[in-house]
Amino acid sequence: MKQGLFTIIENTRLTDSVWKMRLVGDTSAITAPGQFVNILLEGKFLRRPISVCDCEGDELTLVYKVVGGGTEQMSRMERGQTLDILTGLGNGYDLTESGDAPLLLGGGVGVPPLYMLAKKLIEEGKKVSVVVGFNTASEIFYEEEFKALGANVTVTTVDGSYGIKGFVTNAMDNIDYTHFYTCGPEPMLRAVWRASKTDGQLSFEERMGCGFGACMGCSCKTLTGYKRICKEGPVMRKEEILWQN
Amino acid sequence: MAELKVNLCGIELDNPIIPASGCFGYGYEFAELYDINCLGTFSFKGTTKDPRFGNPTPRIAECTAGMINAVGLQNPGVEKVISEELPKLKQCFHKPVMANVSGFSVEDYAYTCEKLDKEEQVGWLEVNVSCPNVHGGGMSFGTSPEAAAEVVRAVKAVTTKPVIIKLSPNVTDIVAIAKACEEAGAYGISLINTLLGMRIDLNKKAPVIANKMGGFSGSAIFPVAVRMVYQVAHAVKIPVVGMGGVTTAEDVIEMMMAGATAVEVGAANLVNPYASRDIVADLPRVMEKYKIEKLIDIIGIA
Repeated sequence: MKQGLFTIIENTRLTDSVWKMRLVGDTSAITAPGQFVNILLEGKFLRRPISVCDCEGDELTLVYKVVGGGTEQMSRMERGQTLDILTGLGNGYDLTESGDAPLLLGGGVGVPPLYMLAKKLIEEGKKVSVVVGFNTASEIFYEEEFKALGANVTVTTVDGSYGIKGFVTNAMDNIDYTHFYTCGPEPMLRAVWRASKTDGQLSFEERMGCGFGACMGCSCKTLTGYKRICKEGPVMRKEEILWQN
Repeated sequence: MAELKVNLCGIELDNPIIPASGCFGYGYEFAELYDINCLGTFSFKGTTKDPRFGNPTPRIAECTAGMINAVGLQNPGVEKVISEELPKLKQCFHKPVMANVSGFSVEDYAYTCEKLDKEEQVGWLEVNVSCPNVHGGGMSFGTSPEAAAEVVRAVKAVTTKPVIIKLSPNVTDIVAIAKACEEAGAYGISLINTLLGMRIDLNKKAPVIANKMGGFSGSAIFPVAVRMVYQVAHAVKIPVVGMGGVTTAEDVIEMMMAGATAVEVGAANLVNPYASRDIVADLPRVMEKYKIEKLIDIIGIA
């Protein structure tokens, strides 16, 4: 973990509620795709945890959805402004488990962390399939970006307005894969977990206090013991997940 | 040369800064970031007789200038704290540490304190009778003078180290409780624990936190804390450890002027992991600004 000041070099709207922010700063603490950063915003007490979409050299890309006052404040920030950010938080995805043909499944604002993962896996010569799911055509983002990396991309929409109608799991059966990686809302994670035919890794979300393991605000029970989503997670292995309810 | 040393219940502290329990783990998480030996000491994560997972999530809610938590005393239990956490703590911290203890019965408190009292590195026992996030324990001992005094007596009977009792602000007369603890033999009083609070999610039309209510902390509660520290410090002769919303070196000076011998820093560590270190580093500057040579000279001066 590192604390650093980052300067915004781009903050643009991708869809009605999703924004892309590029920043420059010390990214040396970011060691794996699937990690997150925690952003201090003026007037807000707790930092805002946002997954890392991409990190290259000293450049950090965040793709975030405006869901409340904090992210709304972020969306109004401009090029040249700075943010106090804790970087290198969470475990991130383990690339060594991927096999030759990994499948990446993202739902809505769970899509961004899969971008850096796809990029790294493709750099390693893996045949990467990506399924991204959205509610409707107007909410789609990053389809072209994944294609540009060389991934085999499938888009699903709940209302059928684009791509395959339904959920990401509707596209899973037609793809051969060696391992899966996923990030998205919990009902989607559960459906992917149930439908999957191989081992895999799932990234979870929880309301956090600190984001670095001190407050125990985001603990969960797993088959391998109590874990903090922010520290031992957010990525959990398929075989250790203990679904509540 | 600014003199930061204070004496807390017979043990000298290099400075009065103490990260508060529940905001600093068992120290080693922060030791990855800076040398935590710059601190006076720290109060480790609240420890109970048996292991506890704590409350369901969400456990955290944001507030203006603060936060609500309902963690519910998640900890691995005293046996594991002694066998696994304290050895790791010892690797990175070489001063006496404050052991924070919670319980669900007088016997629980005595059992856990007796075990921790035998640990060489434990300097003080901070007995928490004020956790708002557990049912049938915690705060229920801190809301009556008789029950709080009974815990003090039971713990003192089986321990040798200074017992500091941590009080709840969620009471009508904190002075009466503090006095009862002093009469029962407490070496010190620490306050305030969190204020019971609640947030409601307008979209879900339901409480944000699974436990519905939780403990409100952060800079918003600082004036309440200063007031209660002042009231208690003027009513008892034993040292008072002040806490509640402390964020800056100026806050520390204010808390000490209100009557605190040492000052705990809580939620600030969760927002800025370097908060406690930064406060220690900034104290000489603030002392110079207010023409303070020795911190011990300003305790209760207001």
